[in-house]
Amino acid sequence: MKARKRISKILTVILLLLVSVIILIPFWFLLISSFKPAADIFGNGLNIKLDFSKMSFENYMKLFHVQDGIFWIWFKNSVVITVIQTVLVLVFCSMVGYGLAQYNFKGRNLIFTLVLVMLMVPGDILLIPMYKLVTNLGLMDSFAGVILPGVVPAATVFFFRQYAIGLPRDYGEAARIDGAGEFRIFAQVYAPMMLPAYGAMTIMTAMGAWNNFLWPLIVMRSDENLVIPAGLLTAMTPYGNNYDIVFSGSMMSIIPIIILFLLNQKSFINGMTIGGIKG
Amino acid sequence: MASVQSESNRQSGLQPQIRQEIKTPAPKRRKINKQKVAPYLFVLPFVIVFLVFSVYPFVNAIIMSFQRLHGLDDTVFVGLRNYKQLIHDPVFYKVLWNVTRYTFWTILILIPLPLVLAVIMNLDSTPYKSFFRSVFFLPVLTSTVIAGIVFRFAFSRESTGVFNTWIGHLGIKPVDWLDSPHTAMFALVVICVWRWLGVNMIYFLSGLQSIPKELYECAEIDGASPWVKFKSITLPMVRPITTYVLTISILAGFSLFNESYVYWGASSPDDIGSTFLTYIYKNAFGQGEFGYACTLGVAMFVIVMIINFIQVTVRGLFKED
Repeated sequence: MKARKRISKILTVILLLLVSVIILIPFWFLLISSFKPAADIFGNGLNIKLDFSKMSFENYMKLFHVQDGIFWIWFKNSVVITVIQTVLVLVFCSMVGYGLAQYNFKGRNLIFTLVLVMLMVPGDILLIPMYKLVTNLGLMDSFAGVILPGVVPAATVFFFRQYAIGLPRDYGEAARIDGAGEFRIFAQVYAPMMLPAYGAMTIMTAMGAWNNFLWPLIVMRSDENLVIPAGLLTAMTPYGNNYDIVFSGSMMSIIPIIILFLLNQKSFINGMTIGGIKG
Repeated sequence: MASVQSESNRQSGLQPQIRQEIKTPAPKRRKINKQKVAPYLFVLPFVIVFLVFSVYPFVNAIIMSFQRLHGLDDTVFVGLRNYKQLIHDPVFYKVLWNVTRYTFWTILILIPLPLVLAVIMNLDSTPYKSFFRSVFFLPVLTSTVIAGIVFRFAFSRESTGVFNTWIGHLGIKPVDWLDSPHTAMFALVVICVWRWLGVNMIYFLSGLQSIPKELYECAEIDGASPWVKFKSITLPMVRPITTYVLTISILAGFSLFNESYVYWGASSPDDIGSTFLTYIYKNAFGQGEFGYACTLGVAMFVIVMIINFIQVTVRGLFKED
């Protein structure tokens, strides 16, 4: 029996290792490609041969030289958009979620139903009217145009609502008796209790904003306003001579988020298992 | 839904008493802080964004779907012309077929496989769990664009490309992956599986961890085999998660854009890899057909809602807790 258990344990590890290897291979491709001359990859396709005589840090140096280091401008744009969007999403969604969970008011069920409906509708169907709206608001090619439409996503509202509904109402009542205002009760009593939810949603929102592609692609028109994913794709068009920064730039854009992940694994996983599944 | 309902009933039943208790001692405050007004202010951001960035564009999408646009503001009402065009547009059926196939394959793979992995990861005897969990999770951190770039060059038609090298070892001639219908779909599904395997596994894992251990213990006393335990305890208990994964898979499948755009740009050869969104994008930003692009958007909305409705009805989501 013991021997059988041991064998099954070894088999599990082998199976899991196999899946891990398959998952890690593309990262390995990306890593070695970032050291290779881009012409080689664009001409011959991606290959796994390790030819150290051809490999160098040149592509990384080019991140600073190609178009006067435009990659770092994209990088800065991505950081700015990610930070602003994340802060706004957290503030607004936690407010809405808290409001829906901790108060009884006329229309609450209606609003919550709307949140649920929004979860089931693909937002991208509104691409064209949104484009028109943002154009008419004069927000094209601006950070505000990228950020504003995504500032209260239904999924995040739902997450905060599910979290806040588990919080006892007594604390709020006690604070009210002490004369605290409603916003102070939220900011000083309940927001601190929702810290784990903030942690999970910070990471999920930041990741989404950092990797967002389609909407910034439409809103941002000028080269120096692009975010990293859109920028890297323009670097792949045959006109520009920017091939070399595609793979090194990709590496630079996944490293921050992987570091963030390794530092906050738990919140990350919590964020994925969006509490709502139980509801 | 049902649980939401009962929760709110329970709370509203409780609330009047509390409210009466505190009404007397609470001092009068500025209007903004009043308990009756406050909740509306809390939910205001959602209501504003919902009206401005969902309802208004949605109404606009329907209006624009009956228009022809020369530029964004020069509009002509054309009645049902866009819809007639839609019905006779072979590319519309092609993209519908593409996203349906894509969604079918991703669901077929990305429900059983992650479930099995989650069951393994949930065993007490499995070692190095947190390491494996982290590895499985890495792809989701990676932008689909970057993943797409890597896969695009791995699927190179040159014999030196990764996939052609691999099949070369099996003695198969180099394939022009991104240029023929079946391999194009394969290339799309591969990225999806790679990217979402870990996420779905974590969803299932969270479901498995909420199953009470006593259920399995009872089954063991009754002498149930591992397969019977899996079939009659695990599967029914992870049903809500399966429903959830199914719903997001359908949404993601029909909204596919990034991977297709990275592989082929807005138009693939013979539309083998085109999706609703790349076709909408191409019509609007490639050809200036904003009206027809909106018609496609409306069609996509209707189709997704029909599928949601069927799914919800079939699985009886509303009856579940």
